[in-house]
This record gives sequence, structure tokens and C-alpha cells, in this order.
Amino acid sequence: MFDLTGKRALVTGASGGIGREIAKALAAAGATVALSGTRVGALEDTAREIGKDCPILPANLSKLDEVDKLVPAAEAAMGGLDILVNNAGMTRDNLFMRMKDEEWDEVIAVNLTAAFHLNRAVLRGMMKQRFGRIIGISSVVGVMGNPGQGNYAASKAGLIGMNKALAHEVASRNITVNSIAPGFIASAMTEELNDKQREAILSTIPANRLGTAQEVAACAVFLASDAAGYVTGHTLNVNGGMAMI
Amino acid sequence: MSDVADRVRKIVVEHLNVDGEKVVEKASFIDDLGADSLDQVELVMAFEEEFSVEIPDDAAESIQTFGDAVSFLTKAVG
Repeated sequence: MFDLTGKRALVTGASGGIGREIAKALAAAGATVALSGTRVGALEDTAREIGKDCPILPANLSKLDEVDKLVPAAEAAMGGLDILVNNAGMTRDNLFMRMKDEEWDEVIAVNLTAAFHLNRAVLRGMMKQRFGRIIGISSVVGVMGNPGQGNYAASKAGLIGMNKALAHEVASRNITVNSIAPGFIASAMTEELNDKQREAILSTIPANRLGTAQEVAACAVFLASDAAGYVTGHTLNVNGGMAMI
Repeated sequence: MSDVADRVRKIVVEHLNVDGEKVVEKASFIDDLGADSLDQVELVMAFEEEFSVEIPDDAAESIQTFGDAVSFLTKAVG
């Protein structure tokens, strides 16, 4: 339904979880997908699962010199770039009163500043070709807040605001900029929850289950497609009804 | 008419979709030729490519008219 044949995408944080599923889904829709992340072995696993030729571009997004090489490398490998998915993210949870400057800075650097640099870097090519799709993976936490995650919530809310501002600037050039805010998604992390924790979480979700990475990836495919050409500055909440906003 | 001016005019005409006769020395990209601020950034990008030069931000801001662009680029490619 959503054909991405001939499109070239870059996905950060493609080594696992949601990022890997997004990369797989974009590739399945026909796109060529460059995979970035910190763990080369895991990126190679993603490429193997995709089963097509995928440029593998390792980068540590807490280092701006590595961030700034990423888009030129992706454009060189694929002859241009049509779709950017800022998926990479990290947490350093702590109660606000105890949060250290380093914990704040590191989360903002990877989740927000790296996305700013990558967004800025893709604009020249996208403006010239009069086509672009920028997608930021935010979080329900950026919309609602969460105790112990002041840094993470700020970074994810920041991503939404940044993408809306950019959406204003480049809409006339046929570039859309959107965010996806997943709720609780089944992952290695949620598998470690005990039954009681699990119950507590599920009681807040009308759908009464965790989401899947595939359900987030499907939204990314839609936003990347021609079908979503009139959707920009939007935040797509994928949370089983946990926050209806 | 210099070669630089011809090349600049061609870019302006193509990019802003205006009549070449309107692209005169004092013509302001924004006030006279209908450009918005993003068009201006794109024009500078196009000049950079056409002339293989890098135009720093403060210089880019000073390029408001066709004449500004021609004189800057004439010096830059000197």
C-alpha cells in the first residue's frame, strides 16, 4: 500500500528494538536503508534480516564529529537521501533532585542535539530535490512526563517542538517533518518487568497490552510514503490509548 | 553585461520564476522579486554551486539585491 521503491533512508539506532523494525519495514516497502548505530555486529544482524544491501554506518551520536559525518556518508553510499528517521535514543534515569549534570547532558546530546544536527544536515539535499521525509521517534514520556525521567522527557518533548518548527520552515519545499510518540512497547527492557509491574502498567493502557515495534514501524512507513504528503508537524501517538491527545 | 551577471540572472530567473527583465541591479530578491527567506537561502546555495565558492553567513545576509550578488561573486571568483 505504501510504496517506497527508489527511496533512500537513513535510520539511527538501527541495531535493535524499534529502530531495527523501522529499518526492516522501510526496506520491505522498497527503500534502500542505511543503518546507523553503535554496535556494528547488531547492525550487520539487521542487514542480514533485511536481506538486501544496506550501507552500515556506525556512529556514536554523543560525539558530534561522528554525527556530522553520518549524513554525508549516507548520501555518498546511496546517491542521496529521501528519508531520515531519528530513532536513536538513550535513558539515564534519576529522580530530579538527584540528577547529575552529566546525566542530563548525555541524554539531551544523544536524543535531541544529534537529531538537530542530522535534521540540519539533510536539508540541503532535500530542498534541492524538493522531496524529503524527516521522522523523529519521540515518546509518550515527552508528551506526559514520567517520574525519574526529567532528562528523557525534556529531550523527547524537545524533539516534537523542534520538528514542528522545522515543519513550518520547509513545508513549501515538499519536505514533511513529523514525530512518532510510542507508548509502552514490548522490548528486552519490558520483558524484565515482574508480573506486578506489568499489571500496573497495563492498568493504564486501554488496549490492555504492550505495543509492538512493528506497530511503530508501520507508522514510520506511512509517514515516509507519498500518501502522507499532506501530514506535517504532526505527532502520531502509538500507545494503545494510554494518552489520547 | 558580464558573464557573472548572466549566470546569476539565470539562477534567479529559474529559481524565483520571474521575468529576466525584472532582474536589474537594484532589484531586491525579497521586496521586488517575491522571494521569501528560504528562497534567499536557496539562492545562496545555488550561487555557491554555480561558482564553486563558499558564502559565509554574514556575507549571505548582505546579499539582498541582484547587484549585491553580482558584485560579491565577481570579487569571490576574481
